[in-house]
Amino acid sequence: MYKYANPAEFQRLAARLLPWVGGATVILFALGLYYGLYASPVDYQQGHTVRIMYVHVPAAWMAMFSYVVVAGASAPSLIWTHPLADVAARAAAPIGAVFTALALITGMLWGEPLWGTWWEWDARMTSVLVLFFLYLGDIALWDAIDNPATASRAAAILALVGVINIPIIKFSVDWWNSLHQPASVLRLDGPSIHGDMLIPLFIMFAAAKLYFITVLLWRMRGELTKAKIRALESAARARAELSEETP
Amino acid sequence: MTGPLSEFFAMGGYAFYVWASYGAAAIALGVLAYISYRRDRVTAARLETLRQNAPHRRRAATPQGSDHGA
Amino acid sequence: MSAFSTIVARDVRLAWAQGGGASFALAFFVLTVMLFPFGVGPEAAILSRIAPGILWVAALLAGLISLDRLFAADFEDGSLEGLALLPEPLSVIVTAKCVAHWLSTALPLLLIVPLLGTMMALEPSAYPMLMLSLLIGTPGLSAIGAVGAALTVGLRRAGVLIALIVLPLNIPILIFGVASVGAVRDGFDPMTALMLLGGSSLFAVVCGIWAASAALKINLE
Repeated sequence: MYKYANPAEFQRLAARLLPWVGGATVILFALGLYYGLYASPVDYQQGHTVRIMYVHVPAAWMAMFSYVVVAGASAPSLIWTHPLADVAARAAAPIGAVFTALALITGMLWGEPLWGTWWEWDARMTSVLVLFFLYLGDIALWDAIDNPATASRAAAILALVGVINIPIIKFSVDWWNSLHQPASVLRLDGPSIHGDMLIPLFIMFAAAKLYFITVLLWRMRGELTKAKIRALESAARARAELSEETP
Repeated sequence: MTGPLSEFFAMGGYAFYVWASYGAAAIALGVLAYISYRRDRVTAARLETLRQNAPHRRRAATPQGSDHGA
Repeated sequence: MSAFSTIVARDVRLAWAQGGGASFALAFFVLTVMLFPFGVGPEAAILSRIAPGILWVAALLAGLISLDRLFAADFEDGSLEGLALLPEPLSVIVTAKCVAHWLSTALPLLLIVPLLGTMMALEPSAYPMLMLSLLIGTPGLSAIGAVGAALTVGLRRAGVLIALIVLPLNIPILIFGVASVGAVRDGFDPMTALMLLGGSSLFAVVCGIWAASAALKINLE
């Protein structure tokens, strides 16, 4: 792990990986679209709306996966001040937020034909909504604090607090839902997943994972470059001040 | 007129929901990827410019107080 | 007097002084609850149905009002750094401030809640459980609030950011608190909800004080 702690080493690794993960992302998304929109069966109950599952379910999984990445990168960033860890955490958060928003939007678009209502307070959608606000809080905290080192450590604490509380929140939302839902609401998975539906599901999930890696590498590289720019600009400012002082 | 292509787009009457979902995904993921890619490119270019403008102390500076060849 | 009790006494006094926030919190609590009959109509049946939830949510929101002053005043004039230099660990300082927040904000809410319960046509049988659930849950809310305050200390307009950070984390305590009152009102056994409330509040206190201390240390560097 510490071999890649060197930012220059990371830049080299990113440059080598990006064409491959980027290319694989495009190919897998294309395959996923083919299978999802065309070469997969129609559900006997939901009709073509089951195709929304191939977007919604991977988005929801990635929303949770991204938060684990943010929290998982926050721990080394706090404990060992690993130089790449806080860059990774900061870069991953917006990706997770986008996936979460996408899960919510597609969940609503799936819910309306399914339940006849745009929003249903079922346990899954409610938990995803809360997760969205956890992301927003983390991103807002990063943006609000000027000092980058302080910002990343404060956001790391918040991410860890969030990840510890996610099981509690999930449990309480499930519990709350079971209190108020005597009838079982049709889950957003569909009552049963036909075998042929697993193919586009897994392809889309793999595509989303590779997309995550691609965008994460771009964002991390951008963050590292920004840090270098900050350092160079403050060094230039210091030089300018010094040359002003010496007559 | 009906045909396999228009049936494809109709999605059994659920056209709006299915296409809005895939469209939202395309837009959201596409915009995020584009923004991230651009930020990478723009910052890399800015860093290059800064590096070229920074004085190269090792090359330009002559050894001070040196007795070489004095 | 130990540093702990000194800090508690001083903070409670400051909270009730001008600009301290505790009086605002109390006023906000009363005003928020009073708005609901205007919003949903004065029918006792409707009001009493939503009373436990309204009272809990209003108490939760009112607790937020005084949070951004929790550490900010001491941070601004440098006395927070002085407190951090004391031999007592930072977590003791944070606990003292949370206790002060609870005493100055949550306790008055608790005392006035029966009056607001009558305005919301709360079922008479539910009053004891309402008080008990608030008593158990509000320490957890104060501790979670301290995390938000500690993370944002020194920031302008920290209040909005605190709400964004704290409200999702408050949801479990809110769910279990309201459920225990609702259980008593509807004639079910409230013990499960009460146990879950106690557990999540206790966890919030422990986790929150630890996280708030860590966050303060970061912001003080």
